[in-house]
Amino acid sequence: MEVLIATSVGVMTACGVYLVLRASTFPVVVGLTLLSYAVNVFLFSMGRLKVGAPAVIDASADGYADPLPQALVLTAIVIAFAMTAFVIVLALKARDELGNDHVDGEGGKLPDYEEAEA
Amino acid sequence: MNLLNYALPVAALLPFFGAAVVASSARFHRAAPAWCSALAAFSALLVLIPAMSGVFAGETLIQSWSWVPSVGLEFAFRLDGLSLLFTLMILVIGLLVTLYAGYYLSAEDSKARFFSCLLLFMGSMLGVVLSENLLLLLVFWELTALSSFMLISFWQHREDARHGARMALAVTGMGGLALLGGVLLLGQIVGSYNLTEVLAAGDIIRSHEWYLPTLVLILVGVFTKSAQFPFHFWLPHAMAAPTPVSAYLHSATMVKAGIFLLARFFPALSGTSEWLWIVSTAGMLTLLLGAFVALFQHDLKGLLAYSTISHLGLITLLFGLGTPLAAVAALFHIINHATFKASLFMVAGIIDHETGSRDMRKLNGLMKYMPHTSVLAIIAASAMAGVPLLNGFLSKEMFFDQTVVASGASSWALAIPVLATLGAIFSVAYSLRFIHDVFFNGDPIDLPRVPHAPPLYMRLPVDLLVIVCLGVGMLPALTVGPLLAAAVKATIQGQAPDYSLAIWHGLNVPLLMSFVALLGGITVYVFRARLFAWNDRHLVRIDARVPYNAVLRALIQVATAITRRFDRGSLQHTLAWTMGPAGLVAVAGFVSMDSPLFGNRTLMDFDPVALIAFGGLMLSSVLTVVMHRKRMVSLILLGVVGLLVSLGFAKFSAPDLALTQLSVEIVTVVLLMLALFFLPQHTSGVSSRWRHIRDAIWAVGLGTGATLLTLAVLTRDLSPISDYFVENSVSGGGGTNVVNVILVDFRGFDTLGEIVVLSIAGLGIFALLRNIHLHASLTDMEGRAWSTDSHPVILQTLSRLLFPLMLLFAAFVFLRGHNLPGGGFIAGLVAALAIVLQYLGNGIQWTSARIRTDMHRVIAAGLFFAIATGLVSIVLKFPFLTSTFTYLKWPVVGKFEVASAMIFDLGVFLVVVGATVMILVELGKFNLLQATKPGKHTKGDD
Repeated sequence: MEVLIATSVGVMTACGVYLVLRASTFPVVVGLTLLSYAVNVFLFSMGRLKVGAPAVIDASADGYADPLPQALVLTAIVIAFAMTAFVIVLALKARDELGNDHVDGEGGKLPDYEEAEA
Repeated sequence: MNLLNYALPVAALLPFFGAAVVASSARFHRAAPAWCSALAAFSALLVLIPAMSGVFAGETLIQSWSWVPSVGLEFAFRLDGLSLLFTLMILVIGLLVTLYAGYYLSAEDSKARFFSCLLLFMGSMLGVVLSENLLLLLVFWELTALSSFMLISFWQHREDARHGARMALAVTGMGGLALLGGVLLLGQIVGSYNLTEVLAAGDIIRSHEWYLPTLVLILVGVFTKSAQFPFHFWLPHAMAAPTPVSAYLHSATMVKAGIFLLARFFPALSGTSEWLWIVSTAGMLTLLLGAFVALFQHDLKGLLAYSTISHLGLITLLFGLGTPLAAVAALFHIINHATFKASLFMVAGIIDHETGSRDMRKLNGLMKYMPHTSVLAIIAASAMAGVPLLNGFLSKEMFFDQTVVASGASSWALAIPVLATLGAIFSVAYSLRFIHDVFFNGDPIDLPRVPHAPPLYMRLPVDLLVIVCLGVGMLPALTVGPLLAAAVKATIQGQAPDYSLAIWHGLNVPLLMSFVALLGGITVYVFRARLFAWNDRHLVRIDARVPYNAVLRALIQVATAITRRFDRGSLQHTLAWTMGPAGLVAVAGFVSMDSPLFGNRTLMDFDPVALIAFGGLMLSSVLTVVMHRKRMVSLILLGVVGLLVSLGFAKFSAPDLALTQLSVEIVTVVLLMLALFFLPQHTSGVSSRWRHIRDAIWAVGLGTGATLLTLAVLTRDLSPISDYFVENSVSGGGGTNVVNVILVDFRGFDTLGEIVVLSIAGLGIFALLRNIHLHASLTDMEGRAWSTDSHPVILQTLSRLLFPLMLLFAAFVFLRGHNLPGGGFIAGLVAALAIVLQYLGNGIQWTSARIRTDMHRVIAAGLFFAIATGLVSIVLKFPFLTSTFTYLKWPVVGKFEVASAMIFDLGVFLVVVGATVMILVELGKFNLLQATKPGKHTKGDD
């Protein structure tokens, strides 16, 4: 089972990295989201995997899943959402200011932009 | 609780609080800033009065609290004779300047800004002179640089003001860095940053191998602040400040901060030949240069600025000579210079204010127009020249006496009294010029305004200062004696030398020197025309600004060149070069590992459901990339990935994570979809083939690395640090859901930081979306026009039905959070989803007419609850965010638990709801406008 998790982390990382290196803003945001999934799963798995462990303190339990990475990842998920939201709005702003959705603001005005202007 | 035990920090911090009050006081009354400011300074003075009698008796008052003991930083204050002398100068002259500035500033100047900056500066100066801990002193030292920057650049519309302020900040800021280095070395040598220990360790410091670098670094700090050669050039440019600022900063306070440090470190650093040479040479050069250049200034304030430089040089020279008597003379001259120079600056301000000019070639014969002010100015300028019966004479005599004593050291040292006399000759000459050119010498030429006498309250501070000049000059022992004695004792930190504050010491060499200086000065002034002509031919072109600008430009060029090598302003470029080398570093890590890559922990078996989910995850991740040109499809696939991740969390015993991931996933997809509406639906291929291949190699490499790393960890055994949390969750945090207890209790401070980040992101988005013009595509990615149908009936009905249920569910999740999976984060997301669903199902108009809560307030309330919970525990003398819990018993409901952490969690809940809804709704609003007017670009409402 660990192999599956490790492979998932790897594949999500690879897909995220590839998308983050694209030249348009939207794929970059999607890539960032994928990367944050990968990081979250990676962090979570650092507490080792446990199936069927009780989620709350229970006298009859013989072991728990490590709660610390869980707490870390829980806030990380929310923060990742805030970051994604901020970056996508930044992308909208960039498009408004620069007239295109290139990450470096290059590439002139987009065709539909000109259409809307006209 | 005896309030006197807090007198020193209260006095030092009062002006800072005053500054905050003053900043907002202008709306009540035009004169309110000046009065509030005076009140703050006056209260600081009052607070210190009870402590003064002890200090006059020679005691040292220390009030200290531990702050960061690991680095030696203490919140420690000290009041001894030296600090008292400076404190009185800062507060008394500060009060006079406040009174003066109230009348000096014109109606267009923002008094609130002026006085709050002035108070900031006053507080910083008080902090410098009252600090016992050197690191604390450094903090206040930097604050003086910053606040004086704001004061010098007060008239921001003027280029010379901005330039002068920037120069002052650059030079004194550089000195501040050097001082930091020097103080750190000093602390390392002594083993403590507290002045008491440092001052007692003079012998250790002087014999230490680091003595010279320590001394040089500290002196660079001192010389830059006190405008000593070769760092003197910023002071004349800082004259672009309003005159009250010059009167305060450049006579009594800011430039004296460096002198203060010289006096403070006198017992610890002086007494070596290095000290003697460096300090007295710099002092002597500054004294001569300042006095000489001052004579040729046509601007009143320019003359005073160079004269200040010269007098600061004199004081520095005295400290450099290193004898106890020289220190006495230096301290005495500090007082005298502050009084006559502050009054002269104020007179210059009055003249500027009443005539509209500060040019001595135009200002003539003002005696007729403002006789009272003229008399004051003549007395103060005579004190500056060292005329008998005035205070400047007394300290100058002492200075001459010390130069004569120093001349005995060698035949070269004979130059010291000769040069001192030369400096004094020029000092008399420029003082005479100030008096004769401005108040006599014919009639005014082309003045913008007809001169008349100043308002009473503008003149009153000058009156008082001149009375001090006279009083000290005639009855020195009665007036300034006790204060000087206390200051001398604190400066020398030992037996004070015998000195006499008499006016008449008999016919001796110093008196002869004074006589020569007076006669010589008059002669120089009489023959000034020739000197001026010579000066115009040869010297006028020397401008310190030219080399200064050249150095600055070169620095910026180098910095830019270095930056450009790493950052070409391209995100793709930067990311590729960050990720690539990061991967290479990881490869190096794997290769250099000497244990086998994988451990031998027993792994879990596969199960078919997991395999299927894994397959789905792989497929959807890869398809997200493959389909990334079709953005909508790619986004939906991203949602699938997120849902599968959340299933994974559920499978591996993390229900809290599963719930959070699920709700965040929904919000994220909705958000990205909203945004996508305003972005192109396709990604056009702009990258080259080579770049695709390179990126694919990076991606596969980093992905493989991540897999191997994860596997390497997962195949090893774990010794977790979380046992503590598991064991103490119920007994210490009162909850059985360990994850939630960690979030709201054990690591509550982290969570507080995170909700602050969330709030900032929400507000940032709100700000970004103001005044934005969004441009929607006219068609979807297949080229079809958008549907303009109103909201589907089924969704509409269901969403309204679901709303109360979802809120109830959120409340349920919230309440059980401490003991069962749930909590503020998840409940917040669920509640936010409930609201967002209304917007989606019923449209913006319908929903915003019904949900009118301003989400800013929700966020603010959430932060308030979270921080208040923490503060309550401080008030109850527990560490920040300590929580407590108890069990209550209600009829019907039964026994249940109440934990203070619940209130914190409520804060988390509110922030999450507020930020999430704000983000989505702010963006969603644009769709409304877009849908009603297809094809038109929309304008964000403000």
